[in-house]
Amino acid sequence: MALPLNNIVKWTNLAQAAASRWPGRVEATLDENTLNAHIECYPSDLQGLCDWLFSELDYSFATLVVEEEAASWFLRYIFYGELGSGQVHVMVRLPLSEMTIPSISRQIHAADWQEREIEDLFGLHFEGHPRLGDFVLHEEWPEGVNPMRTSFDSTRDYPHRELEPAWRPQTIVEAPGAFMMPIGPVYSDHAESAHFLLETVGEDVLRTIPRFFYKYRGLEKIAEGEPVDQVLLLTERFSGTSAFAHSLAFCQAVEGICGVQIPKRAQALRVFLAELERLRHHVAAITGICQSTALAVATSQASILEEKILRLTCRYLGHRYLFGLNTPGGLSLDLSDDEWKDVSEAAWGVLEKLKKFQEMLRFTSSFLDRLEEVGMVSRDKAVSYGLVGPVARASSVLRDLRVVQPYADYGDHLKFYVPREEEGDGYARLRVLFSEAEQSINLMNQVSSSLPAGPVKTRLNPTPGSGLGWVEAPGGATFHWVRLDEEGRVLRYRVMTPSFVNWHGFHLAAEDFAFQDFPIIMATFALSNAECDR
Amino acid sequence: MTKWVRKGLQTGIKTTAYPGSPETAAGVSPGRPSCQELVERKDVMSMMDLCPTGALRPTEERIRVDYRRCIHCFRCRRLPAESLVWEPGYEWGEFVSNQGALDKSFSSSLHIRIVDAGACGACLSEIRQIASPYYNIHRLGFFITPTPRAADVLLVAGPGTDHMRLPVEKAFEAMPAPKRVVAVGACALTGGMFGPSFATRAGVGDMVPVDVEVPGCPPPPLAIIHALLVTAGRKKPPGAPSLPETEKKGERS
Repeated sequence: MALPLNNIVKWTNLAQAAASRWPGRVEATLDENTLNAHIECYPSDLQGLCDWLFSELDYSFATLVVEEEAASWFLRYIFYGELGSGQVHVMVRLPLSEMTIPSISRQIHAADWQEREIEDLFGLHFEGHPRLGDFVLHEEWPEGVNPMRTSFDSTRDYPHRELEPAWRPQTIVEAPGAFMMPIGPVYSDHAESAHFLLETVGEDVLRTIPRFFYKYRGLEKIAEGEPVDQVLLLTERFSGTSAFAHSLAFCQAVEGICGVQIPKRAQALRVFLAELERLRHHVAAITGICQSTALAVATSQASILEEKILRLTCRYLGHRYLFGLNTPGGLSLDLSDDEWKDVSEAAWGVLEKLKKFQEMLRFTSSFLDRLEEVGMVSRDKAVSYGLVGPVARASSVLRDLRVVQPYADYGDHLKFYVPREEEGDGYARLRVLFSEAEQSINLMNQVSSSLPAGPVKTRLNPTPGSGLGWVEAPGGATFHWVRLDEEGRVLRYRVMTPSFVNWHGFHLAAEDFAFQDFPIIMATFALSNAECDR
Repeated sequence: MTKWVRKGLQTGIKTTAYPGSPETAAGVSPGRPSCQELVERKDVMSMMDLCPTGALRPTEERIRVDYRRCIHCFRCRRLPAESLVWEPGYEWGEFVSNQGALDKSFSSSLHIRIVDAGACGACLSEIRQIASPYYNIHRLGFFITPTPRAADVLLVAGPGTDHMRLPVEKAFEAMPAPKRVVAVGACALTGGMFGPSFATRAGVGDMVPVDVEVPGCPPPPLAIIHALLVTAGRKKPPGAPSLPETEKKGERS
């Protein structure tokens, strides 16, 4: 993983290049230590600047953070690039009375849902956005009440509106016999709540319109004003199947703000535990895929492996889903070197079974028939929607935060590869899941065989400031933006999750398919609605 | 396809013997804090301060645990030098309504509709496990059904988000009588870390009448199975409730 030279040049010249392109209109500062570039600009230059970063310099859009200050709106568009390209924060300030800002989603389609979310929660209007309106908050939520505003009184009761009984979703398909088939929000055996409107002419489904946020719990709002320790519990519990990844991102953000370097051993173990979680997540996803194709024995085999990992986790670490381990300043629990090795060896046993299992699936033609060329996502679309994680890698988009923005103990000394598949179909996604699970076990083995000695926790006194934590969660890149006040309370918490990003692109895969493929397409995406809705 | 049949047979029986005999395998349950005596008054108070949800309550020199509020954060176990002892086990299901168990005709034919009222995914994952080979509820005559019209039990997880209020109520109304509601996990019992707030209720009880509660964050599969056995009248709920009735009903202010 050598630093590509052109990227270094690109990053160090970023401030200059921006200044020469928008003379006198941008203010750029570079932080050599963190590879962070901050560019402040006028709202009128926002679209051009973001487009330049995304299209010409090949940065990915991470998230849009909106902060309401005493007299102004402070918007921060965060981008990240390849190894050595660091992060770029494009910042815009506008007076609080000004409620309109240019939309960047025409240039960067990945920002589409984020702008819709912010319009709904803050009441900011994104000029030029093709589709604003009820999104996170459904139709019954009163108009003009924006829960993320500081003026919002969360203790007050806001009477919900009555729904118009005659309301029907807008249909686009006009063909003889065309109708709209609703699925959800309560559907299937144990699916998470979400609503899908399938436009169909019978057997063939032409379009899928997903509706989410049935599980909106207002994570970002209820975290405000709470101490760090309390928010940590929320972070672990808003998406239980990737609790460790999210708590890690939050802890890293807080540690960054407080300028705390956590002990080497804790850093190594965070890698170990994050990979253990990835392994469990991927095995669960594989179980889901087998189940969606109604391959009963394979489903049983995969869920046996899943339960094995759950029991292993619980036996050594107390909790089946890795709750209660991360804490700002390190980890709350340590085992002896031998015990960590035992966990790693048990995972190695899973690997052997997993490989045999994959081999059996590979020669089960009835299974492959249902996955191949189903739910296709092209590389171009994956890039324009900014898809992340295994879904993106199956469409040959590789950017993995563990490699391009190393955190914790990820770096040159840990050898692993990021799998890449070209086809972008359901089978490619399954293969990526298998390869990543294998790499996770490989990483756990590497970490446990060379664990540094020492404590796993250091003292941390919350200091005011703001910072970003990022982690390659099992589903893909996640970003947690945290601002702390003088008393160590969270003032603003912004969480961008891989499921939110990938559900945005889900409709690409669910176009023009046979109805019975719908659960299979969903299973191969392996997304969590809890993580999306927050 | 014969290879899959062979593979299945080779794997042998993995299923737990519970409820015939207790399950003793390691890692089936995280356990939970036990109600216990502490010698020093100050220990009791410092332990209470550690608990983020107020699940630990002092009575004289004793710590009592309100399991409905315990979110398995492990702080009482890992932070203090003199840590609270956690008890193993998983028979956590408890009746909270006076409806009682379903009558005998349901005891080995129970149909369950699962509804997600804003659960984080961990509870749902554990619910998914109850149908997996290790737990296999089918052997007990319990079945998961896709429609509430055919369901005897509504198994609800999550704090009860505003957007799920209507679907949950409709699912409950669509069920034929007699019916029971089982609430799974700390969020479903009290709102957990999330509720009550502008977007969520203080648990599922604010939407539909809850009959059986399974505490835990998340409750392990065996605890969910125990609650279903309690609902079907095949297991007695554990002895006296851990807290007086009046105290149990109060919500977090």
